[in-house]
Amino acid sequence: MMKLHTQTLSELSAGLERREFTSVELTKALLDRIATHNDKLNVFVTITKDEALAAAERADAARARGDVGALNGLPIVHKDIFCTRGVKTSCGSRMLDNFISPYDATVVEKLAAAGAVVLGKTNMDEFAMGSSNETSFYGPVKNPWNLDCSPGGSSGGSSAAVAARFAPAATGTDTGGSIRQPAALTGTVGIKPTYGRVSRYGMIAFASSLDQAGVITRSAEDAARLLGVMAGFDERDSTSIDQPVPDYTAEIGRSIEGLRVGIVRQHFDAGLDEQTGVRVKEAIAALESMGATTVEVNLPSIDLSVPTYYVVAPAECSSNLSRFDGVRFGYRAKDPEDLLDLYCRSRGEGFGDEVKRRIMTGAYVLSAGYYDAYYLKAQQVRALIAEDFKRAFAEVDVIAGPTAPAPAFRLGDKVDDPIQMYLNDIYTIGANLAGLPAISVPCGFVDNLPVGLHLVGPHFAESDLLRCAHQYQLQTDFHRACPEAFQ
Amino acid sequence: MSLDKEQVQHIAMLARLKLKPEEYAQSVEKLSRIVDFVDQLAAADTDGVVPMAHPLHATQRLRPDAVTDHDERDRFQQNAAAVSDGLYLVPKVIE
Repeated sequence: MMKLHTQTLSELSAGLERREFTSVELTKALLDRIATHNDKLNVFVTITKDEALAAAERADAARARGDVGALNGLPIVHKDIFCTRGVKTSCGSRMLDNFISPYDATVVEKLAAAGAVVLGKTNMDEFAMGSSNETSFYGPVKNPWNLDCSPGGSSGGSSAAVAARFAPAATGTDTGGSIRQPAALTGTVGIKPTYGRVSRYGMIAFASSLDQAGVITRSAEDAARLLGVMAGFDERDSTSIDQPVPDYTAEIGRSIEGLRVGIVRQHFDAGLDEQTGVRVKEAIAALESMGATTVEVNLPSIDLSVPTYYVVAPAECSSNLSRFDGVRFGYRAKDPEDLLDLYCRSRGEGFGDEVKRRIMTGAYVLSAGYYDAYYLKAQQVRALIAEDFKRAFAEVDVIAGPTAPAPAFRLGDKVDDPIQMYLNDIYTIGANLAGLPAISVPCGFVDNLPVGLHLVGPHFAESDLLRCAHQYQLQTDFHRACPEAFQ
Repeated sequence: MSLDKEQVQHIAMLARLKLKPEEYAQSVEKLSRIVDFVDQLAAADTDGVVPMAHPLHATQRLRPDAVTDHDERDRFQQNAAAVSDGLYLVPKVIE
């Protein structure tokens, strides 16, 4: 049989359809590969071997009956933030190390209903708070391109799984860049849709006004396919948006002739690694050669996006994470003296350093006497940033720039400096604050480490982003490059 | 340092977090740096700007007030450390 792990979701789908191999054969091949290589990368918190094989058998049986879902028999992995019934759902935390989810997230439910086969749950920064995967209770994930480097975060297990060819596609979540930055650092495609496009039901909450689920794949075509299944209204998520889901796979085929691409000057300032900037400018030139036009746009308040985020996100996190009390689920401290001691020690022992830091930052900015100066002020600046984007999108269809300021950094390099770590998301956070869709696409290498091109669009412009990325990938082969140790 | 140990102790109590003695020094230093960093927001001119509540300015939906879920208490309580007769157990709060 030909190599299965090198194929994209779309290629595997065609192979299954032509009966070149079965889903059980495909699933076994990938599970074997994972068993051989996972220790090098620490991608998985849980490998769901038995469940995967059972799902693959069901998919093969469904195919034999001629009853095939959109993803019938196709293997994927889930970030361990999505509640999965009967399976440990840890969110990368000691707090949930013993948590067996009693229900499925909507995303999990929809992908399973379409016939997808889940190989396992991927490692992540604790409660999605981190940009390097180093805050995980289960230890950092390593970057398949260089095992001394971070795969980015917080969806680092998902990005590494796709880059190492453990699975053709992975789910992720993005609160400040947690899909796009790891995609950039591993040479994969990562899309964060419009806020409310994909249901947050069963997705463990970090900052509810910013959190959004999306996908990491190798091609934009695969991202279109998967997102089409995940997106849509869900009455169980009170912020879900009731709008029809376009057929993304049909939309990506159109040329980008005449597409107006905005360039933001600040995105190419001193904070950007020079060679990374060169790769991104080459990618923008390639879009121009395909018929796009470029226009300089101004986002006057964008420089305040990181400090705005580090007020809003911790505030929401401190509120969301108050549910972990050692009583109903999760870690419980031994021999509590009284109820207060039970709460304080369960939380003190169950959460890691970065999560505690963000909870305390949030408690501080929401506390009496500081609320107006921090939280209210940040929500005002957030409105200014959203206004900036709105004005820009009156002139352009997408905004293009770098996804991350530099290629993958070495594990340990930024872990002691929260501000340095936070600045890794300087180009991605704006889209979360304004609720905009955004995608990262591989656009070359610096010192054999991948670089990502970042495209942001107006609300519900996922089709344009996917089309732009797909058309670019038809002209380039950066997304086909495979890390040497994982051929 | 923009925060001192007493302030961090107060914040930790608000957040119901018990920190180990050795965690305090680190927390004071790092939280101070985060607060200094977000302090740059103070310079932004936000006079008359309406604080953002939702990225798409959507409002919360209401649903009919009807029972739609069924009782799954036993299954949900499998994740609890201590339960008895369908109740969650905690240390005694009333003498």
